[in-house]
Parts: sequence; C-alpha cells; structure tokens
Amino acid sequence: MPIPTPFHAKTSALTASHEWSNWSGFLAAVMYEPYHEHEYYSIRNSAGLLDVSPLYKYEIKGPDAVFHADRIMTRDITKCEIGQIMYTPWCDEDGKVIDDGNIARLGKDHFRITAADPNLRWFQDCGYGLESEVVNVSDELAALALQGPNSRKILKEIVVGADLDKLQYFWLTEAKIDDFPITITRTGYTGDLGYELWVHPKQAERLWDIIFETGTNYGLSPFGLAALDMARIEAGLVLIEVDYNSSHKAVIESQKSSPYEIGLGWAVKFGENKFIGRRALEEEKVQEPEWTFIGLEIDWVDLESLFSRKNLPPQVTGRASRAALPIYLQSDHIGQATSITFSPLLKKYIALGSVRTNAAKIGTPVKLEVTVEYTRQAVDAVIVKPKFFNPKRKRSLGTDE
Amino acid sequence: MNKYDAIIIGGGHNGLVAAAYLAKAGKKVIVLERRHILGGAAATEEIYPGFKFTVFSYVVSLLRPEIVRDLNLPKHGLTILPLESTITPLPDGDYLYRDIDHHRTLRNIARFSERDAEAYEEYSRSMYFMAKAVKYILGIIPPDPTSLKPKDLLGLLEMSKHFLGIGEEQFFTLFKLMTMSSADFLEEWFETDPLIATMSASGIIGTFLGPRSPGTAYVLLHHYMGEIDGVFRAWGFAKGGTGAISNSIAGAAREFGAEIRTNAPVSNVIVKNGKATGVALENGDEFLADIIISSLDPKLTFLKLVEENDLPSDLVESIHKFKIRGSSGKVNLALDALPDLSCIPGPGPHLRGAISISPSVDYIERAYDDAKYGEISKQPYIDVIIPSMIDPDMAPPGKHVMSCFVQYAPYELREGTWEQRREELGDNVVNALSEFMPNIKDIILHRQVLSPWDVEQSIGLSQGNIFQGELSLFQLFFLRPASGYAKYNTPIRGYYQCGSGTHPGGGITGTPGRLAALKILKEIN
Repeated sequence: MPIPTPFHAKTSALTASHEWSNWSGFLAAVMYEPYHEHEYYSIRNSAGLLDVSPLYKYEIKGPDAVFHADRIMTRDITKCEIGQIMYTPWCDEDGKVIDDGNIARLGKDHFRITAADPNLRWFQDCGYGLESEVVNVSDELAALALQGPNSRKILKEIVVGADLDKLQYFWLTEAKIDDFPITITRTGYTGDLGYELWVHPKQAERLWDIIFETGTNYGLSPFGLAALDMARIEAGLVLIEVDYNSSHKAVIESQKSSPYEIGLGWAVKFGENKFIGRRALEEEKVQEPEWTFIGLEIDWVDLESLFSRKNLPPQVTGRASRAALPIYLQSDHIGQATSITFSPLLKKYIALGSVRTNAAKIGTPVKLEVTVEYTRQAVDAVIVKPKFFNPKRKRSLGTDE
Repeated sequence: MNKYDAIIIGGGHNGLVAAAYLAKAGKKVIVLERRHILGGAAATEEIYPGFKFTVFSYVVSLLRPEIVRDLNLPKHGLTILPLESTITPLPDGDYLYRDIDHHRTLRNIARFSERDAEAYEEYSRSMYFMAKAVKYILGIIPPDPTSLKPKDLLGLLEMSKHFLGIGEEQFFTLFKLMTMSSADFLEEWFETDPLIATMSASGIIGTFLGPRSPGTAYVLLHHYMGEIDGVFRAWGFAKGGTGAISNSIAGAAREFGAEIRTNAPVSNVIVKNGKATGVALENGDEFLADIIISSLDPKLTFLKLVEENDLPSDLVESIHKFKIRGSSGKVNLALDALPDLSCIPGPGPHLRGAISISPSVDYIERAYDDAKYGEISKQPYIDVIIPSMIDPDMAPPGKHVMSCFVQYAPYELREGTWEQRREELGDNVVNALSEFMPNIKDIILHRQVLSPWDVEQSIGLSQGNIFQGELSLFQLFFLRPASGYAKYNTPIRGYYQCGSGTHPGGGITGTPGRLAALKILKEIN
C-alpha cells in the first residue's frame, strides 16, 4: 500500500481526479484536475509544481567521498565543483546502466545523490575500503519541483539569501524561505526552466503554501505524473523501466543497456576518473554500441489517412503511452518506440525509442506500428534527434533576460 | 526596383497565410500592411501599460491544422492553450457550467433537465458528424454550379458524392443547420433555456441576426468546424493573444523569404488593359507584380482598391448588395483583481474558460430587438474570457485583462454617432456584467470600448463586420463574395482575393489565404 509523502495533506486536497499512482511506494498524483492538459501547459506556459519526494536520496560523506562518488558515476566527479550538480548514469562492471540521477556536491567531502531505485547497498559496496559513508536521507528531505517559464519569478519573490538570477543550470544554492533553510537546485525533469526545492519534511506543507500564495499570480498549477511524462518525452529524457531496464533487474542479457545505448554516451567520461564499468565502456565506444537511442516524428498526414480509411478521425493517446511499439525499416524490425506522446505544444506526435545503430541515421524514414480500429497498421515516421523541445530559457540566467 | 512575383494587400492573418504559402513555393512576395502592427483583427496590443489586450478577436478553434503543420507555426511561437469550460451565470444566482469533465457537465445539465443531459451526448455525436461532413468543404475551392466547365462539373459531382455519402440522418441534420434558426434547431434537442441560449449564441456571433432568425444555425455550424489536435470543436486561446497567431504566421512567411512591411497603406491597385500590374501606396510609392492579392473585405477589394470601370456592372452591383453589417463590439478591461462571480465566488478553474452572459434565449433576442431598430442593446449578450487566467503574461502579476465580445452594437445607429455614444456601449456591458460579478465596477483600471465603427476606423473592416461579410447562406460558398468570383479570382487578370470575404468565410481559419495561394500557384506554375 503506498504511503503519503510530506506534502500529502496539500496534494490530496487538490487531487480532484482522485487519480493516484504508486511511485516507489508513495502516493503520487497522476493528475489533479479531471484532465491533465492544463497541468501540462503550466509547465510550458506558466509554472507547475510537482511533489518529487518519492525520489531516493543518498549522501556520501567523509574524506574519501570524492573518490567514492567517482567510483560509482560515469561522469568525472573529480571535476564536480562545490555547488555543482551532475546528471549521470551509473553502471555495473559490464558497463550496463543500473540507474541514473543527479549528484550534487554539497561540500568538499559531501555529495547528495537522487535515484529512481534503492541504491544504498550498491553505493555502500562501491565504497569498500574507503573512508566514507553512504547514508539514506530519503526520509529527511521533502522535495518539490517548480518548473516552467515563470518558476524563477515566483522563487525570487519568496526566497531570501540567494541570487536566483545568477544560479546556473545544474548548480545549487542554499537559501531561506520564511526563516527555514532550503536547498535550491536548478534541475528538473521537464526540459524547461525549473528548480527543485529540498527542505526538511516538517517544513513541507509551509513551503507548499508559500509557493502557492505567490505562484497563483504567475499561473502556477500543481501537476502530476501524466503531465510530467509528456514534458520529459518532449525534452528527450529517458525513464528507467520504460526506456531502459536497470541491469540489476534485467532477467535476460538483451534487456540491459549501456549508457551509449540510451543516449547518455555524453555522460561517460574517460579522464582521471576510475568508475565501475569503465573498461567495458571503453571497448564498446570503439566497437560501436548495438543500439542507439532515437527520437521519432510520426507523420500526422499518414496517420490521418490510416484512420480515414476506417472513416475515423485520428485517435492518439491523450496521455503519454509507455506501451512499446515495434519500428520497421522496410520489413525489418529494427527497434521499438518506448515512450510515445502527442505534443500539444509542438503539434506533433512524437516518440522516444531505440533502434539498431546501423539503422539509426537521422532522417531515416521508418514505419511505426499503430492499431487502427483493432487492425495493426504501420504509419510513416522519421528518425530525429531525441530532443524535441529545448528552449533557451532552460539554461539562461535571469540576468540575461 | 520594387518588383515582386506577388503583392499581398493587408497583413491580416489570411494575407500572411497566403504570403507564407507563396513564399514557401519560392515566389518573391511582399505584404503591405496599413497599420503599424500586423494581424488585422488578430492583433494584440498593450493598450494600457503592462496589460496586453487581444483587441478584436480573442479565441481560436478554426485555424486549420494543415496550416499549422505546413508552416510549422509552433516553431514560430504559436502555442494554443486550452479553453476548457463555459459558465452561464443566471439572474437567480444559479449557473450552468460545462467543462472538460464530461460527467460533471452532464450532472450540471441534469440539474436543469435529466433529458437534456442525455440529449447533450447525442447532440455532441451528431455535431461530430456535422464537423466531419463540412471539413471537406474547408479544403476545396467552391465549384461553380452554373458553369459547364469539366472542372466545375467534376467538383460538383465529387461534392454531391461526399454529401450523399454522409448518410441520410446526417444529411437531414445538415439541411436543418443550413436553414433553421439556431434556437429552433437547438430546441429540437433541448428544453433548458440557459443551455439553448448559450449554445445558440454561437449562431449569432458576427451576424446581424437574432437566435430566432432563420439562417443562424449555419453560423452555429461554422463555429463547430474547429479542430485542435484532431479533436473537433475544441477551443483555445493563443498564448500572447490572437496577435501571436499573426506573428507566428509572419515569422513563417519571413523564414520562407517573404518581405513584410507595416505602415504601408495601399491606396489602389494599378490596372493596365484589364490586368493588375502593381499597387500604389498612399505616399505615392509603387510596387510592381504580376499577382496582386487583396486580403481586404469585398467592399474594399472591389469598390476601393480598383476603379468600378474596370469591373462588370453586375459584379459592382452584387458587391454593393453584399451584406456586411457590423453587429458586434468589443470591450476590453484592465482589472486590478479577479472578478468574483456571485454564483461561484472566489477564484477557480471556471475563470479560465468562457463566461457567457446569455441567461435565456429571450435575453439575447431582446438584445437583438434593440439592434434591429438601430439601438445599442441595453442588456447585451456578452462572451467573456479572462486571458490573463490562461496566459499570465497578458497582465502584471495578480492583475488581469478581460475580453468582452458584445452583441449587439449596430454599425448604423438610429440616433447619434458612435463617437458620441461609444461609452454607452461600455456602460451597458459593465452594467450587464455587474449583475453577475458584483465587484466588477470596483476593479476596472482601464476600459477600451470598440464599436463596429471603431473597428472599421482602426483595422479597416467595412462596417466593422468581423467576418468580412455575413455568414448567410446567400453569401457563402460559390456565392462568396459573388457568383462567378468565388474562386479567389476577380474580373481583373492578375488580381485575386484571399480574405474572410471569400470561401469559407470568417474566423481565424487561414483557409481563404491558403486556398487562394494554392489556386494561384496552380495557375502560374
């Protein structure tokens, strides 16, 4: 049975849809209103607030903390400055991804990691022989993601002791809201301008109220997982158990993926760092990975014509779909779309997925399986970069605007 | 030398669409707009500091998805935010609320009539078929039924096939929509007065007719042709107001290479030996092109931009008779706070949708009665939205803008002039609103009142008619704007039309602009 997060009193009062999901054992609103479109648009048009407390949070502390974190992460943690955050996968000895998340350097010998899955045992085991400790701080931190073009304006009105105009993308700052301490990270899972706010759970409800008091003037809306899923597909962000499987959970070898195969090759660094899986990944990089993470743009006119043959208007998933669909090149099955959504913003039907590397060239015309009135059909689609939406504001400073 | 392949007169949304399609096809195109900003009736202006008004048009539904796709308008900034509800406040403190929550809507209707709640679903289904049936019309250039040319005959045959193919029941419904009054049509389905009134209001918008006037059901249908993301009849609000739609189309046109000039009022089309060769600006500058396209209304296109001598007299006569009576006004308010509805006090999602001041069919019909005899409606029908609730960037934080579309405001007043009586329209609107929003008078920071005369003065629409001519059956399809000239052509070679005064008519559809451009490209290539 899922349990409430520290924001539950606030979120449950607003969840008119009564639609909840189980996120790592916590109750997470799928949508607040009867339909999620307004929540989705709040992320892109004004500002949206998401309870991200169910994330697992760990801290690594001690004189060997840098070395410890660097053993785990494929990014070069030795280069992570105090106050900086790195998004990174972590792998097993074979270079297969276990999970992905953010690692924030809170101090010289102090890191905080967010993860989708429980990772305490793995993180502790990785520190064998080191003078450092891993602590699960999940219950000590309540977290909200404030995302969208107006998120900075809202925070600027309520935060004391931090210059948010200067806070860079993937950096953090300590600050105060209403006299309680808060950590603000310029991170999120929407691909938009946004922040994540970390407080002690006893401040959770107060934080929620303060954000809403000001946020209402900026079109703030709470949003649930349905809207989040659409936004993260537009932004081309992978989701564990949907776009890839943790190598710790895979039951057959082919279910595992390397970072290269899920679009995270950029986060694998072969510098001074020595991480678990490095040797395997160095080899794979030379050889070319088997799979490539891609974006797919589905041809709307072709989709319309498939439906109109049945005398129907095109029917697309109202929400993001996680039911994987096969992708074909001529008659060859070359891969699968794993996350599919209609983007109301871009007016395009888009997908994320994986295809065999030899068929992954951008611009390749392919076919995607769709079901039209109970019959299987194939709709025209084209392989594109897996990043459909990437606004300047995501990275820009307040002082630039 | 100012020589182009095509010159488009007027930078309204249809002119811009035509320009974008022609430029996309590689033509050297220039758009000449009289005003300092683009958009015509689809314009956003900061009338009061910090408050952006979607000055004339205010919502979007009919903009064709193929245009959005062909021109990749989202790339150029087009974002259509959902407008998900309509609330009709009632004088007794009750209200009728319909929104995206299907079952809640049915429960709300059932409070008035359980039968109507069930009929509502059936009606929606029926209207789905109607929207589907007329979608076809939106994609074709009207064939001329009097012509014996193979193309026209083929077009007529295809069209009859299409309409006979929609099924008997649907065909009869369509026929009723073509001929009945919107109130009569809706009364065949429903018995709840506020429901019939609010729905029938879609049938009077932009026309000089009342909900009980035959022909208004067609206007109802016209408003049902909308399609957003494959969903018929969906309505939205363009982020940044309707001016943002125009700007996104202009952005696409520029990317394709079109030149767009503002502050460039065209005085006339230059015609030599029955052929258009260019245009002259009011300042005397001349631009030359083999193709001149007017996006202005039929009165201006035929009676102002060219000499009557260059036109056949029967056309001149029909354009003189073309019905373009202005019947609506617009009141835009800058508000210090949110209005409070007495039926549902406080803020809430209901303020993100439409607020319809249409408590009964009689209420609207009486408003029309005033207008029939040249009077401003004392208690007008008002379609209200609060754009800042949908797009907070429209007003400073915590402040709001309110857009009130008003009917009726007859262009021709029995007494006085609009310059003298403009504020009376504003007062009538605010008074009518205050019946349902007790705090409205205390929160108004600024009021902009636009009578049809003001609309004509500012953006040039003859008589301030928002559709560039009424959407009555006698001036639609192959009769829009006149028989023989309904295919975007004119009697002058090289001179074309692409405004809402052509098929399929008004609203932010972009279709006249697109179909005109496609036809011209076919002719010259």
